[in-house]
Amino acid sequence: MDFNFSEEQQLLADTVQRFLRENYTFEARRDILNSKAGWSRDNWQAMAGLGLTALNVPEEHGGLGNGPVETMLVMNALGEGLILEPFLAAAVLTPALLIALGDHAANEQLMPDIASGERIVIVAHQEPQTRGELNHVATRAEKTSNGYVLDGLKNVISGGGAADELLISARTSGRTGDTDGVSIFRVDPKTPGVTVKDYGTIDGQRAADIQLGKVSVPASSLIGLEGQASAAIEAAHEQALSALCAEAVGIMKAVNAATLEYTKNRKQFGVPISRFQALQHRMADMFLNSEQAQSMSYLAAIKCVDPDVAERRRALSAAKVVIGQASRFVGQQAIQLHGGMGMTDELMVSHHFKRLTAIDLTFGDADFHIQRFIAATTPAG
Amino acid sequence: MDLNFTAAELAFRDEVRQFMRDQLPSDIAERVRNGLAVRADDYTRWQKILHARGWGGPGWPTQFGGPDWGPVHIHIYEEEAAAAGAPRTIPFGLKMVAPVIMAFGSPAQQQRFLPRILSGEDWWCQGYSEPGAGSDLASLKTRAERQGDHYLVNGQKTWNTLGQYADWIFCLVRTDPNAPKQQQGISFLLIDMKTPGITVRPIITMDGAHEVNEVWFENVKVPVENRVGEENKGWTYAKFLLGHERTNIAGVGASKRELSRLKSIASKEVKNGRPLIEDPLFAARLAQVEIDLMALEITNLRALSAETEKRAPGPEASILKIKGTEVQQALSELMMYAVGPYALPFGRVSTEEGDLQSVAGPDYAAPLAATYCNVRKVTIYGGSNEIQRNIISQMILGL
Repeated sequence: MDFNFSEEQQLLADTVQRFLRENYTFEARRDILNSKAGWSRDNWQAMAGLGLTALNVPEEHGGLGNGPVETMLVMNALGEGLILEPFLAAAVLTPALLIALGDHAANEQLMPDIASGERIVIVAHQEPQTRGELNHVATRAEKTSNGYVLDGLKNVISGGGAADELLISARTSGRTGDTDGVSIFRVDPKTPGVTVKDYGTIDGQRAADIQLGKVSVPASSLIGLEGQASAAIEAAHEQALSALCAEAVGIMKAVNAATLEYTKNRKQFGVPISRFQALQHRMADMFLNSEQAQSMSYLAAIKCVDPDVAERRRALSAAKVVIGQASRFVGQQAIQLHGGMGMTDELMVSHHFKRLTAIDLTFGDADFHIQRFIAATTPAG
Repeated sequence: MDLNFTAAELAFRDEVRQFMRDQLPSDIAERVRNGLAVRADDYTRWQKILHARGWGGPGWPTQFGGPDWGPVHIHIYEEEAAAAGAPRTIPFGLKMVAPVIMAFGSPAQQQRFLPRILSGEDWWCQGYSEPGAGSDLASLKTRAERQGDHYLVNGQKTWNTLGQYADWIFCLVRTDPNAPKQQQGISFLLIDMKTPGITVRPIITMDGAHEVNEVWFENVKVPVENRVGEENKGWTYAKFLLGHERTNIAGVGASKRELSRLKSIASKEVKNGRPLIEDPLFAARLAQVEIDLMALEITNLRALSAETEKRAPGPEASILKIKGTEVQQALSELMMYAVGPYALPFGRVSTEEGDLQSVAGPDYAAPLAATYCNVRKVTIYGGSNEIQRNIISQMILGL
């Protein structure tokens, strides 16, 4: 049992924090937010320069081959900094999916560019009725003489508009909800029939709805085995879930520190409002929530690569429940304790709050994960 | 980062497990597993068995006859004991007064008291709270006047747990009523319960149990040699003791045992022709507690790890107290709701004579409402959860 981090891991966290201090001030972030793209390719390249896009890419493909613990430390910091670039989608979920699919040819073509930051590859899996249930794939891929025709809708795909290339899940057989029959295809977003509707989300990030209207792709665009991608999709999403949990923990710590600072400085009735016990106890509860979230983020990082799938599901869902609930509580109370100032766009706390809100709705909310936890738990266990 | 125990720790866990299988009397374990009150004789019987194995005082150093375990070993021991259905450790002797005597007592006091605590010969109880001194303990009024070679003690203690069985009581008493701060005039006395002038009056709690007492002192003569440490320095020793009270405060092992009892009950209960455990709303409430307990377990391990590395565990214990007791209460509440109206028939289950014979309804239902009532105490005692929030906001958040 050891809750310490190695010197290299600590150094990595320091590097990311320094990058954020230098490149991601509140004003710099606001400028990016107000730009047409809503994210910065320069920042992406700067992050690539620090090795961050290579973090989850295996060494044999030009990456660093790091694991969930390093990702957790990076996400803690990126969470606090509220970056607008699609790091979770492109540098965590995508490499995890490619590794899990284990298609050597595809990995050789895609991974080095992902590691170097040159190519942004985005997984388009979620659909309007997915709501965390990963087997819910209604998008169809009909086999033709020389390839496949994709038809369906992928929605609120984080970083979808930034994609140089998409990894789209589609059903080559079976019915919506079946585990078997799901395949992954590489698709250039400029392919005829692909419509990418790029938009901003409440948390300042970018997402896209991706409409696939009779999109013809060659047989070579299939990655991995036909109809057998579900296990890889789940494995990749567990790692993304762990990273998302770590992001939330980073935000909660920042939000709690900001709230503490604010209540110590804000005076009413002639004293700092931090003197009032009602507020002290609320902040104690906010701290308690973020500590419990921290514990579950550790568990998620350890268990997200566990070969025992049921055990992995239980741990990751439990983590998402604790973190989703803590995110809501900490976020809401931080706004409450900041009073009117918390409502404004001028303070980081409102931006942190919005991201925490989005996090609970991402990859299945707390209610979904309570259900998944129950399903993965044997009655006696 | 690594959440696993080492090979040596796992081997120790197996050793404890085997010991529990071989040595824990099944009649005692059955009472514990079914949520019945443990009899005083059974606590003593179990302590003697542990003592024979050299495990009488898990946290004790070898110098005083303990196994000198570190925080992780103590944790593993407590977890396994709880899972097996061993009675909880009555803390007053082993975990509270003993560490104070070890740290501040005279060699004569150490030789006189410690071996009898370890062997289970002496039962100790605590004289801290008073009618006017609860969370604000330092405002206590029980007076001890020095008269030559003894003190004359007068006053009243309350919420004294299981003092009806006690041979000795450790007390905080006021020796200097004129001290500039109320914390400064307090001394720490060890008092023989057989001394004339002591009266123990039962307080019957809402579950029907006789677990706590008032203890009255009327001109009770206590030899000066039974004072621990210096006169008027008792508050320092009291604070030291409260720090020790926090070990195993999270109660993860016991809550895991209660969770599995809850699951067993919810599997037997039937709603609309299906086991209650499959009812979506009930299953969600059950899962929520199980998940909270998982988070608590990791937070507890983090605190243990910090303690092992001698990074002060201190105020983080308040998190464990708050979350641990919330989980305990949630479990007892769910267990009662799991059986529904058959939780209401009330026998004498909370007493030592109580057995698992329901007045009406399934036997497993018999203790549930009483336990639900009983564990309302856990968020009140040991520093109420509101006091714990004060500690977090002052000691951790710096407010």
